[in-house]
Amino acid sequence: MTTTTTAVQEPARVNSPGAAGGSGRRPGRIRRVGLPYLLLLPALLLELLVHLVPMVIGVVMSFKELTQFYIRDWGTAPWSGFDNYKVSVDFDAPVGKALLHSFFVTVGFTLLSVGLCWLIGTAAAVFMQDNFRGRGLLRALFLVPYALPVYAAVITWVFMFQHDNGLVNHVLHDQLHLTDKPSFWLIGDNSFWALLIVSVWKGWPFAFLIVMAGLQNIPRELYEAAALDGAGLWQQIRRITLPSLRPVNQVLILVLFLWTFNDFNTPYVLFGKSAPEAADLISVHIYQASFVTWNFGTGSAMSVLLLLFLLVVTGVYLVFTSRGRRTADV
Amino acid sequence: MRSIRAAAVGAVTMSLALAATACGGGSSTGGGSNDSPKTLTYWASNQGASIEVDKKVLQPELEKFQKQTGIKVKLEVVPWSDLLNRILTATTSGQGPDVLNIGNTWSASLQATGALLPWDAKNFAKIGGKDRFVDSALGSTGAEGKDPTAVPLYSMAYALYYNKKIFADAGISQPPATWAELIADGKKISAKGKSVLGAEGGNVSENIHHTFVFAKQNGGDFFTADGKPDFTNDKVVAGVKQYVDLMAKDKVIPTGDAEYAQNQSVSDFAKGKQAMLLWQSASANLKSQGMSDSDYGIAPVPVQSGTPGTGTQVNSMVAGINLAVFKNTKNLDGATKFVKFMTSDDEQKILNTAYSSIPPVKTAQGDAAFNTPANSVLKNTLATSAAALPQVASESQFETTVGTAVKNLFADVAAGHAITTDSVKAELEKAQQQMPAA
Amino acid sequence: MSSPSSSPMAPPRSFLWSRRIFLTLLTGFVLIPVYVMVSSSLKPLADVTGKFRWLPSGLTVRPYIDIWSTVPLAKYFVNSLIVSVSATVCSVVVAVFAAYAVSRYDFRGKRVFTVTVLSTQMFPGILFLLPLFLLYVNIGNATGIALFGSRGGLILTYLTFSLPFSIWMLIGYLDSVPRDLDEAALVDGCGPLGALFRIVVPAAIPGIVAVAVYAFMTAWGEVLFASVMTNDTTRTLAVGLQGYSTLNDVYWNQIMAASLVVSVPVVAGFLLLQRYLVTGLTAGAVK
Repeated sequence: MTTTTTAVQEPARVNSPGAAGGSGRRPGRIRRVGLPYLLLLPALLLELLVHLVPMVIGVVMSFKELTQFYIRDWGTAPWSGFDNYKVSVDFDAPVGKALLHSFFVTVGFTLLSVGLCWLIGTAAAVFMQDNFRGRGLLRALFLVPYALPVYAAVITWVFMFQHDNGLVNHVLHDQLHLTDKPSFWLIGDNSFWALLIVSVWKGWPFAFLIVMAGLQNIPRELYEAAALDGAGLWQQIRRITLPSLRPVNQVLILVLFLWTFNDFNTPYVLFGKSAPEAADLISVHIYQASFVTWNFGTGSAMSVLLLLFLLVVTGVYLVFTSRGRRTADV
Repeated sequence: MRSIRAAAVGAVTMSLALAATACGGGSSTGGGSNDSPKTLTYWASNQGASIEVDKKVLQPELEKFQKQTGIKVKLEVVPWSDLLNRILTATTSGQGPDVLNIGNTWSASLQATGALLPWDAKNFAKIGGKDRFVDSALGSTGAEGKDPTAVPLYSMAYALYYNKKIFADAGISQPPATWAELIADGKKISAKGKSVLGAEGGNVSENIHHTFVFAKQNGGDFFTADGKPDFTNDKVVAGVKQYVDLMAKDKVIPTGDAEYAQNQSVSDFAKGKQAMLLWQSASANLKSQGMSDSDYGIAPVPVQSGTPGTGTQVNSMVAGINLAVFKNTKNLDGATKFVKFMTSDDEQKILNTAYSSIPPVKTAQGDAAFNTPANSVLKNTLATSAAALPQVASESQFETTVGTAVKNLFADVAAGHAITTDSVKAELEKAQQQMPAA
Repeated sequence: MSSPSSSPMAPPRSFLWSRRIFLTLLTGFVLIPVYVMVSSSLKPLADVTGKFRWLPSGLTVRPYIDIWSTVPLAKYFVNSLIVSVSATVCSVVVAVFAAYAVSRYDFRGKRVFTVTVLSTQMFPGILFLLPLFLLYVNIGNATGIALFGSRGGLILTYLTFSLPFSIWMLIGYLDSVPRDLDEAALVDGCGPLGALFRIVVPAAIPGIVAVAVYAFMTAWGEVLFASVMTNDTTRTLAVGLQGYSTLNDVYWNQIMAASLVVSVPVVAGFLLLQRYLVTGLTAGAVK
């Protein structure tokens, strides 16, 4: 990075031309060096207070035996070394096995959800790039699921997924006769699909929004040139639109991935404190491991493992997708 | 230029101050009672039809208390879904209420945290002595051999609620006294197009309460005498299987109930869709859903054979709510006075009537209000055939793991999978291995 | 909204038909839950606790009256509003400062800062729920500032939640605001902050609005932290709405009515601001 000197890009020039408002040179250097830090200070402090320090505490907790006997004064809880981690990754024992299962469920769920969100969002954005009657209305409509508060949206789906009285079974079973008998959506294996549907319903408009914004940045000339070359609309989409969206997608997919992977609100509202095994997302799993069984040490160890995993994935993803692109900033 | 720097600093510090402290003006809570002996914070559990109903029931009583003692009680009714978490966080932080309601089954678990005031002889003396309370209720106030961690407040027991009209239509003259009779009656009821028995398959606590009784009736205990989990012994497995089989094999519980977790089975019963319900102190609930007292009858929960009693004839858990004092309250005298007030004969009558529960206080129990047919059944059950859930430190984990295991089993039934002794045992094995080693 | 309008050639039929089919299906997918929410909120209780029906057996506005007395919805609403608005305002201010520093200055630790802030985006909330809670309590005990249980603590938490994404988006947006503009302002004698507030912020309004909307929604819908960190007086809507599934019965019609009531302001605001959103994101996230 830069050396210790100022290396201020633009504001430095204030000093060069005979700028009007007497330059106040003396503290200038400090100001120039200090100002960015001063500007960052609030953000830094907040991050420190709400994210970083608690994370460190969390890591410390993961090395303690923090069960109901010690939570009252967790400073006195005995150190347990790597015991919590051993329990978490002992995949032959039930706790580790359940964690691993939950991890795979979460990975599968996240990949599907992100993939579908991206696909639907991109398709919708591309289809709605050109003006047609009702486009504005449709766009507003499509943003509604994203704008709804999580609780309101998910509880509506719970209502629809009920076994006896829900809309989904009413349509599939009573009206379309697709199933022999009404299915269960909130328990058992189908709960995975229920969760996926809700997650996609809630998440795709974000992809739509971002891709829509990305489309605006594609220079018109590219399309015009392609059209002159005789490329049809489909070809234009394939040859220009999609490749031009690549940088947008890089970010979009990463953000969607992290949000979906860590999502707690959706499964929690959908299934309550103990999710069915088929839809046992890791965030709820860890919540249960710590809050419901009162074992915060093991819960913290699991969270730390999860964090490490996400760090690795994100790092690899960024390195992988940025290759070839300049990684000057961010 | 200097002014601008000052402005910069000013703006930043201001935004910081804004962010770090006020930022919209939060109100502080929890700290008030610590400074003043004139206030108490009380967390009540949600006993009535809704939190608002609870406030209406409790507020006048708290005002009475204030008139008597000059102590103002700040009431918060905490929903069940949050209560245990709130107690946990209060325990962890030391910032909690002065007095709180706890589910009596949590007593031993919370006792282990050391956050609650132990009720030794001296403390009991302040509220009129231990022998004011009935024994069954005291049996669910903490681990055996230790001073109770809480004082019984409301007692409840399970009973069989049955719809008189459906029974009459199906030609059943008497409520079933054994499971075999219930299953036989179920066939007649099904023939009339009604569902037979309700259950909350997705509700972890309900599952525990019922499987505990079924295990007892099969002669099994979930814990060994020295408090170790023993979920996979044959008798427990048989008990759990018998309960799940009510849906799987005997078909008296509709498969739809497998996903019930929000008392939908009570609604089904109140609406006359379903003939029977196993519930604790349901009268107030049913009334608020528009079912009049004369529409249903109350009988003891069935047993395997014979009549309810102790041992394998147990037919209910000792359900109820205990009142506990947070150890680091700064108003210990006030808190004790409040417990005394809440367990006084008068208050016991008023509150237990409002919640259709039974007073755990002997002198209050004798009141005419608790001699209705409904209450007699509950009272009798509590006195003769109810057993306390295991009073072990890992009780709350037991509720979670085994309750979830039963929930999974119901889900399996709903999905059409067969339930065998082995599959039940496998689920329980998994539950047991998730229990803390201690 | 300036659209890139149509390409020179008329779209082929295959495109038009795919579009029609795709958008119709998608509209159905999006609208059905919304329809269920609206129609169920107008149904009598018997309709929503019995078999599902597309059309109500009768319309009633009772749920809309009852919701206010079943749970103290108005109080929760006010709480949520205070918390979300404060968190949004603070978050935007802090994010603008930080993004301005990163966008306009080169300084030591810049990369560390951006990477750290961004990486907090991947923290599982569950990891720091209890630690944060302990921290707040201890700060409270040490300084007397009540963070735990207060709206202030929740505001602090939520504003930080939305901060990483907000900063990152605003860096992108501010980068797209031509430097000539603030340079000119500096030449005119404004200091860097003068330039920020007089020139950069007004030019970055779409980006700021996009960030504000995001911050608001983050705060408005959060369940996990709110369930642990609030009490009777400070409870927010996301948690308070659960009060409708009470001991007795699930009042589905009231749940739907209440959900609708709490959603309408957010959705309306969101839709009103959507033009900014797209422009804001265009330059910010997507640059």
